Amino acid sequence: MTDGPPTVLAAELIRWSWIGDHLDDIRDDLLQHLQLTGLAVLFGMLLAFPLALAAIRWPRLYAPILGFTGVLFTIPSLALFILLIPFTGLKIWTALIGLTIYTLLILVRNMVEGLRGVDRDVREAAQAMGYTPARQLFRVELPLALPVIMAGVRIATVTTIGLVTVTALIGWGGLGQLFLDGFTLNFPTPLIVGVVLSALLAFAADLLLVGVQRGLTPWARDRGS
Amino acid sequence: MRRIRLGSAAAAVCLALLLAACGGGDDALQGGTQPSDKSSVIVGSTNFPEQLILAQMYAAVLEKAGVNVTMRLNLGNREVVFPALEKGDIQLLPEYNGSVLSFLNPKATATTSEEVNTALAPLLQAKNLVALQQSPAEDKDGWAVTKETATKYNLQKIGDLKPVAGQLVVGGPPELKTRPAGLPGLKNVYGIPDFKEFKALDAGGPLTVSALKKGDIDVGRVFTTQGVIAAEGWVLLEEDKPLEPAQNVVPIGRTDAMTDQVKNALNALSGKITTEELTKLNAQVDVDKKDPEQVARDWLTQQGLI
Amino acid sequence: MDVLSDLIRWLTAPEQWSGPSGIPVRTVQHLWYSLLATAIATAVALPVGVGIGHIGRGGLLVINLSNLGRALPSLGIIILVFTLVGFGVIPVLVALTALAIPPIVTNSYVGMRSVDRDVREAAEGMGMTGWQVLWKVELPVAMPLIMAGVRTSTVQVVATATLAAFVGLGGLGRYLIDGFAQRDLPQVLGGAVLVAVLSLLTELVLGRVQTLVVSKGLAERSAAAAVGAKVQKAA
Repeated sequence: MTDGPPTVLAAELIRWSWIGDHLDDIRDDLLQHLQLTGLAVLFGMLLAFPLALAAIRWPRLYAPILGFTGVLFTIPSLALFILLIPFTGLKIWTALIGLTIYTLLILVRNMVEGLRGVDRDVREAAQAMGYTPARQLFRVELPLALPVIMAGVRIATVTTIGLVTVTALIGWGGLGQLFLDGFTLNFPTPLIVGVVLSALLAFAADLLLVGVQRGLTPWARDRGS
Repeated sequence: MRRIRLGSAAAAVCLALLLAACGGGDDALQGGTQPSDKSSVIVGSTNFPEQLILAQMYAAVLEKAGVNVTMRLNLGNREVVFPALEKGDIQLLPEYNGSVLSFLNPKATATTSEEVNTALAPLLQAKNLVALQQSPAEDKDGWAVTKETATKYNLQKIGDLKPVAGQLVVGGPPELKTRPAGLPGLKNVYGIPDFKEFKALDAGGPLTVSALKKGDIDVGRVFTTQGVIAAEGWVLLEEDKPLEPAQNVVPIGRTDAMTDQVKNALNALSGKITTEELTKLNAQVDVDKKDPEQVARDWLTQQGLI
Repeated sequence: MDVLSDLIRWLTAPEQWSGPSGIPVRTVQHLWYSLLATAIATAVALPVGVGIGHIGRGGLLVINLSNLGRALPSLGIIILVFTLVGFGVIPVLVALTALAIPPIVTNSYVGMRSVDRDVREAAEGMGMTGWQVLWKVELPVAMPLIMAGVRTSTVQVVATATLAAFVGLGGLGRYLIDGFAQRDLPQVLGGAVLVAVLSLLTELVLGRVQTLVVSKGLAERSAAAAVGAKVQKAA
């Protein structure tokens, strides 16, 4: 009776009444997802910045930093979260630490590439104009490196939104909780809601960041799409 | 210049928003107890539908009693969730006395409800936990085969697996391989040799159900109160030798969170949960695909508990 | 460092290396899911990226759809497909293929577009048909970026194929899920190390293949084109 071609469940794909009943939970999950993503990207940027500066100041550090972060990236996210549990329990920090590590990897790379990409002439001109290193960094180099850095922030954000669904397996999954509920109850509706919302969220975040980037670098606007 | 200032202003606003959201006491982010004059309890559950139903029941009666309830459900298996209880990440868990006993003491030999509860109490106390009143309802771990398999190999009792185990694929949660009442138990108590293959799936969950239906496994680990067993016409193998201890549903909570208010509400509930009622509720969720929260509340309303 | 010695003990224990739950079997399963998914994805994505890149229209749509595809959560897709079709390898294949498609589409498209207009016009001026231009001029130039896309895809898929274990299948993810469920930390660590090593090896092997496939002169040009493409994309 059960061998043969795959069978689709009798349960309807989307039970709209379920969505109506669970709007609160969905909203909470969405908020949690946003907060985890935002914090992870923020912490990632804060930590990546000094690391990137170090890599620029002492170029010999770059290869090892890149190598180390590259290796960390291949560790399956699931494993990283699982390994943190004995230390940080099922609290939010387990998820945040893991998520931040992953954003860190992407952001360091892009910050270094971006800063390095600033034309030598520009840097020398700034120095000739008497800019202190700090002023040079903040007023000249960072703005010019912004496109590449923002590209990194975009990738990091979209990646994190995807990863947050995996953190559901350790109890802090935002929209990922919907996946687990759909799985446990063997019921497609929460799954579909979860997949659609997280995809939309990622897409929207990406668009938003493109907008932010355009706002911060109007001089680059004419350079094609 | 103006752009940079605009940029840092935007960043500052974002940061402020995030921090405000964090510190704003949003339930979604808080993990610990909230200091307040009301009792408050964080209810957790492991990852199968019966747990969701029970946890929703606990939450509903507690809320009716005026307790502040936070729910963190569907967190994983006991190996993950019980430590969370020990750490205080959750404060109340619907449990099964026999399973908790062997979880805390794999060498335990108690079999009747009284023996199990007596053995369990000091173990819990050592961890600042306490078991409240148990329910008559028992949900035991069982082994299911399809009707065809049962006929083919003449299987009615667990002991009947002994001569044919080497030809059968068994499926269950990953911890089945190591838990005393799992595969090791079959070997020790029934003398059943290794199966042809063990597939790590889940505990009576969708993976095991699907695999058993499709024939990817021949024997599946299920729970005796699951509605899908009857719905699919599966054969639940009889336990002819005592392998499993009593498995009464019992709320286990952190001693400091189990105030009189909490205890009274839960004890009033526990006496009413019987095996038949629980099986019926499971079927509503498993087979009819109803929502656990709805099922729990409807039943509680019927029973006059909320 | 108990953890380290436990890990080494686990990795070197003979049981790990034999039988249906041993490392060799699981690695083969893992690679099987990954390579099959990447192959299907390439078969689908490559013609689309190359075709649209050749025609030069509809690129924006394709890129945006591709980005949307990147945003799909793999775990969610696996669970969703499982809930619809049940136990088996299909949920994993669908999710991994969906993961592999976007980088290949994007990179193929960008690669094809990075061919100098002059070069294309010269080829057409020489009397080449559209097909010939595609095969003899555009594809070779696009090859470095295409290969980079395939490489990125494959490595991502290998790293994500751990999810197969979540729906009861094999692969190296089994060590993560089972270790987690059995509270066996060395097993989880072992699984993590094995997947990391496998991903790195995949990256290295494909890197080697790439150097073999791409002609020398193009390799240097492609580095410049890749940076140019990155900046263009970022702007």
